[in-house]
Amino acid sequence: MSDFSVIGKSIAMVDAAGKTTGAGKYTDDLSLSGMLVGKILHSPYPHALIKRIDTSRARTLEGVVAVVTGEDAPNQYGILPVGHDETALAVGKVRYVGDNVACVAAVSEGIAEQALELIEVEYEPLPAYFDPEDSMKAEGDLIHENRPNNIEKDYHHVFGDPEKGFAEADYVAEARYIANEVTHAAMEPHCTLAAFEVDPHSGKQGRLTVWSSTQVPYYLQHKLSLVLELPMSQIRVIKPLVGGGFGGKSEIIPLEIIAAVAARAAKAPVKITYTREEVFWAHRGRPRTIIDLKTGVKNDGRVTSVACKVIQDGGAYCSYGVVTILYSGALLGALYDIPNIRYDGYRVLTNKPACGAMRGHGTVNVRFAFESQMDEIAATLGLDPAEMRRTNLLKPPTVTVNGLRVLSYGLPECIDHVITRSRWEERRGKLPKGRGLGVACSHYVSGAANSIIRSDMPHSTVNIKIDRDGGVVVYTGASEIGQGSDTMTAQVVAEVLGCSLSRVRVIAADTDLTPIDLGSYSSRVTFMAGNAALRAAEDVKKNIVSAAARRMNCAPEDVVMRDDSVFKRDAEPAEIDAISSEAEAARGHVDGQILRGSVLQTRKEEGAKEQLGFEEAVVAAIDVHGGLTGTGSYAPPVEARGGKHKGAGVGPSPAYSYSAQVAEVSVDEDTGEVTVHKIWAAHDCGRALNPVAVEGQVIGSVWMGLGQALQEEMVWKDGLLMNPGMLEYRSPSSVESPEVECVIVESIDPEGPFGAKEAGEGSLAATIPAISNAIYDAVGVRLREAPFTPERVLAALRAKRGLKKIDMTEGIDPTQPARLREHGGSLWFRGKGPERHPLDPARQGTSAGGAE
Amino acid sequence: MKKELIELRINGRMHELAVQPNSLLLDVLRQDLDLTGSKRGCDDSSCGACTVQVDGVPMLSCTMLAASCQGQEITTVEGISDGGGLAALQKAYGDFGGSQCGFCTPGFMMTVRWLLANNPDPSEDEIREALSSNLCRCTGYSQMYQAIRAVIEAERKSSQPELAGAKR
Repeated sequence: MSDFSVIGKSIAMVDAAGKTTGAGKYTDDLSLSGMLVGKILHSPYPHALIKRIDTSRARTLEGVVAVVTGEDAPNQYGILPVGHDETALAVGKVRYVGDNVACVAAVSEGIAEQALELIEVEYEPLPAYFDPEDSMKAEGDLIHENRPNNIEKDYHHVFGDPEKGFAEADYVAEARYIANEVTHAAMEPHCTLAAFEVDPHSGKQGRLTVWSSTQVPYYLQHKLSLVLELPMSQIRVIKPLVGGGFGGKSEIIPLEIIAAVAARAAKAPVKITYTREEVFWAHRGRPRTIIDLKTGVKNDGRVTSVACKVIQDGGAYCSYGVVTILYSGALLGALYDIPNIRYDGYRVLTNKPACGAMRGHGTVNVRFAFESQMDEIAATLGLDPAEMRRTNLLKPPTVTVNGLRVLSYGLPECIDHVITRSRWEERRGKLPKGRGLGVACSHYVSGAANSIIRSDMPHSTVNIKIDRDGGVVVYTGASEIGQGSDTMTAQVVAEVLGCSLSRVRVIAADTDLTPIDLGSYSSRVTFMAGNAALRAAEDVKKNIVSAAARRMNCAPEDVVMRDDSVFKRDAEPAEIDAISSEAEAARGHVDGQILRGSVLQTRKEEGAKEQLGFEEAVVAAIDVHGGLTGTGSYAPPVEARGGKHKGAGVGPSPAYSYSAQVAEVSVDEDTGEVTVHKIWAAHDCGRALNPVAVEGQVIGSVWMGLGQALQEEMVWKDGLLMNPGMLEYRSPSSVESPEVECVIVESIDPEGPFGAKEAGEGSLAATIPAISNAIYDAVGVRLREAPFTPERVLAALRAKRGLKKIDMTEGIDPTQPARLREHGGSLWFRGKGPERHPLDPARQGTSAGGAE
Repeated sequence: MKKELIELRINGRMHELAVQPNSLLLDVLRQDLDLTGSKRGCDDSSCGACTVQVDGVPMLSCTMLAASCQGQEITTVEGISDGGGLAALQKAYGDFGGSQCGFCTPGFMMTVRWLLANNPDPSEDEIREALSSNLCRCTGYSQMYQAIRAVIEAERKSSQPELAGAKR
């Protein structure tokens, strides 16, 4: 008999049937009577003043109910309190191609689209900034007036003594790495449905209900309150099923506010669903990043010092930017033991869609640089790259030089597993020509120890209600987005209460019903909402146990609840079979229960019982205590909240997950095409509460990393996204997706729920460098610019062989990238850019002299 | 555009519908019939989330005119359950983690159902090839293969005469 009866077993998600039958409802599947369709007018310019908007013609079109513009909701908001720089619709100025200008609410999509054509907007184009290094030099025409040099935020951190560390080093490696921009491309396009109720007392527009595909219902409620000037209590946010997030729904996306503004103006429910192209413009993905990295090591591979300068191309709004740039620096720590760190981070504004949080937030691109450089150093010093990583392991429990507390640390086992399974030692360097192996590691937070909105509130709260029917209803604000949040919650509660999973019903993410939870981001749900669920279950269990102890005439400490039975410790339960006790209950034979079976409640005193069924115990507890409810909440301990320096709030987490991976690739030296044959991925997630779900998260992370490594890239030309479609963005299909062998490592975390930690993001970051290192092993070229597309690989191979140069990479050497590859340059506004199509509005602006 | 009266046979039931001649099958399913299992994930028939079967063949309902499907048998994800319970494929997708966020799942159901109907014992490559018409952003496809293999395996076992005989 294992120690647990519910957790640790692979089970289908509690909402799986709704997904496989099509019965589950996502936001776009909902409709209300009288509902209108909202369509948004987007900016064709990357940077322009709005001189005039005339919506009168659109308003007169039959079927149009309302047209709203920036003036209808001018209050600023943003996900971060320090970054309130967005408005629902542009006020006076647009900042990227795709920025939101106006919204039409009409009786049909067709009419709404027709009406958009009738809105007249007069723009005055401004110089636009597309390259962050150019943008940082800007003195005039700033993207936001209160951000000099278009720098959203810069941080300069020194931990330990980096100069001394470099002086002590036997070898110092230094290089620039570039990772291009990627986006979430969740399968479900963003969608929001907003409806106002009429207040019965004032007779006016009253409460607002918003259904939205969001990872953060509570933050949405908060920002709606700011923009609409409604008390939060008058706003209800409901999250139906969400078709994938990956961070793209972890902040307030413009349509979520616009739908509410339009519904207010139209006095009718409004639903807005983004087209796929609009999803790409909404973006909030992983920014293009320039990383200048310097690592000093001793001859045995021990790292003595790291200096890292990061420039992120953040796009036109702050979004999560300040957090992203801090994560990039903070998570240099907590993977390896690095005694000295210098970090300079610049989050820069450009006239492109805003970047935000994406799976592995802030860490992925820097990890690519770091793990690649480690591989280069190992090659130079003649060390085994896997061994070099073992040389630099942390010795937990510890606090890193930059203030991150590490308690559980499964990285050594992760490395061992992938090295053994890939037969690394016997195969590395001995594979046929063009084939190679590469290793890399990564880690990630199990939730941020400090919340975005600084306060003392708990990060997660869970309530439980149990009634005489023996049903356990769990209320949690945690947001199921496909990662298994609801299933995890049900498992934890069922395990604590010793009841079957089928008794547990999870009501999640409805701000009227469920207590505040910060949402699904930074891999916080299992650790934080899981701990809150555990505490809530223990809270309610107390009362059941005390009543059961009375009935069984024993001490409460001796009461065991397991497998739907309540019995005395050391006394094997007579009937452990949950199915038969359920059958018993189904026949109505539950002592004291009057809801089913016999209408007459018999109250016979029959003395102390040896054992109770779950329902009997519940009934007994309600008879003694009245209602049976429990509540639990979680806030990270003070010791885990990090140091005191400016920016110390980002990076600390109560626990970190660890990952090690080996990738096996082959490179076609004639075409530059890289094929990944297999990836071995070991992930330390603490206790695996649902192994099949953990594997799904790890494989999914590795796969998403593979996409960023090989083919996914947002291609920009003068601030215009050239590939805003699933086909052009080239998310890998089943044909391009290799086998991923997942190994779960369980370093039981002392503070996680049953020892569990993060599983959904940490593995992504290791995949990209594992593949680049494998490419080096295969063909001897070191690609320092991701993704490793055929033209980049081929350019590198040709250069290595001394062949005639063919410019396939627009002047950027992928082995020594000096700047971001700009498809067309950032000079169009000066009339020096590439020839544009005569009908392109940007060209019309410049050639007509409007821009200059 | 004036609406026209059409008849569509969907999941074995005949529906009389007034639709515009340019109405797409996906919109008619989702908006007129509230069969919201089929999803819209893209603008350009690249994602496969809207896949339905027309006369047993997987088709993208986002790029078909509803009116063109008259006289054909349309099957959506709502029509593939097994007598109100989960069909083996649906159950396996749940058990093996083939479905995470679930948005692409209905489309995959329709594609895989076709694959298994036409090729009861597909090779690994044949499965990958068939699935490449649908995109998933959560799973990396691996656990879908496990689910599909489990269905094939179960089917093989139940169709082997000696085992089937033993059951009886």
